[in-house]
Formats: sequence, C-alpha cells, structure tokens
Amino acid sequence: MKQRFVVEDWGLIDYADAYNRQKTCVQSVMTGEEDRLILCEHPAVLTLGRMTKPDSLLYQREDIQARGVMITSVDRGGDVTLHAPGQLIVYPIFNLNKRGKDLKVYMEKLEEVAVDLLRNFGILAISITGKRGVFVGPDKIISIGVGVRKWVTYHGLGINVNTDLSLFNLIKPCGLNVRMTSIQKLNGHVMPMKDVKIKVAELFHKKFL
Amino acid sequence: MTNIILPELGEGIAKATIACWHVKLGDSVVLGQEICEAVTDKASFVIEAPAVGRIKSISINEGEDALVGGGLGIIE
Repeated sequence: MKQRFVVEDWGLIDYADAYNRQKTCVQSVMTGEEDRLILCEHPAVLTLGRMTKPDSLLYQREDIQARGVMITSVDRGGDVTLHAPGQLIVYPIFNLNKRGKDLKVYMEKLEEVAVDLLRNFGILAISITGKRGVFVGPDKIISIGVGVRKWVTYHGLGINVNTDLSLFNLIKPCGLNVRMTSIQKLNGHVMPMKDVKIKVAELFHKKFL
Repeated sequence: MTNIILPELGEGIAKATIACWHVKLGDSVVLGQEICEAVTDKASFVIEAPAVGRIKSISINEGEDALVGGGLGIIE
C-alpha cells in the first residue's frame, strides 16, 4: 500500500517556531494523520545535536551571537551544524511504522534523494560510508540529522543552495574538519529556491511513495 | 521488575550511544514516558518507559554505548 504525504512550505521561519510546529506535526502523524514533507529556511542559527563536542564551536558563544547567529541545543543525532537563509531545510515527518522500522534504510534513502537532487542540478555528489551527509569531492554540501519518536521521524536535511558559506567558519560542521560548499558555489550562479523545492518534492515522491 | 531494553533500530545496527537520560534513579515513571535518547548514525531515537514504576537502576550512562537488545536499566 502506498504511503502518501503532504508537502508544506513554511517559507523563512524562526528555528524555534519551526521546531514547535514539527512537534505538533509529529503528534498528528502519530495519531494517524498523513505524513508531511516540510520545506523551509531558517534565519542564521547554530544547532547543537546530541553528540556535539565542546571544540566544535570555534568561537566563544558571545562572539557568535554578536554576529547575529543564534545558538540552540536540539534533540537530533549528530554534532553542530549551521542553518541560514539560502539553505533549504527538509523535515520529513514520516511514520516509519508504515514505511519499515529501519533507521539505516531511512537514512540511506535520504542520502539517495540528496544525491539525485544534486545530479539534477549538474553536480556529481556522493555519500560516504561511515559519514552521514552528502559530499562533492572532499567538501560537504548536505547535512543530515534525524530524530525519531515512536518511529515517527523529524528533523532531516540541510541543503546548501545559496547559503552564505562564510558562516560555517564559526564551527567544525558536524564535528568534522570539512569545508562546506553549495549549489551556488559549484554552479557559479544563484539557484532559484523554488526550483529546488519542486525537485525535492518530486524526488521524495519517487523514493518514499 | 522490567528491563529497559535498547530496541532493534534497523538491519546492521548493533549498538547505539546513550546521549541523555531524562530521568534519574528513584524517579517515578509512567508507561510510555520518554526516559532516554539513543543516538546512532546521526539519528536520535527516543526510548520510552516499558512499564510504570520507579527507576531502580541505570546500567548505561550518558556517553556510553549500548548493544541492541541489551539492558539500559531497570524499572520496579
């Protein structure tokens, strides 16, 4: 049986507001409502995942906040990451009770969607065994971090479309000594976010229906 | 007494790290209450109390690895 999902575009939304809305969606999906695929962008914020190491922030918190970048701890796997305008956030609120209770398969499917997305924009990207996320050569372009409650997923993907990459200099992204890149940087021009959203929704439908 | 068990998380996933406990020794818990989070492979999985009672013991501390199917603590 096909498991449908509804696509919602929340636009540019504060991280905390989006988190609260995600939690509401998780409750709805737990009680039998349709799965959701949420697309949005956040104002600049560093989110500290459950496995964040103390040295992953490269500057004092006060110095980071003085640059207009908020800092918040979150209940997802992984280390620190940055969200900012120009980065497409994808939050699949999927009920894995109906889609197969296997976190590894779920994460691999997210990576496959991410690789397919980039191929559509002329970028050859790969996933690397043992390192979640998607890379172009040695540079990371898409971060992944997921939370699961009663086998309903939340959090998800951060796709660097037109992100200001200088903001990543504040951190060791995902706790790694890795440089970040974006679709804009690789293709040499700003990519319309609307085009990326349409393609993300299409690829999720192919992979998860 | 009821063991708190790290459930099956997926094929090939043999262990997870306990990222945090939301309860401490002696706390009362109700069935289904979120009591800790296990992290594997960039995914954080919330574990719920399998029974009503008090937390009698915690065998895997924050930052330590637990085996799938293994005990994390006991509720009595």
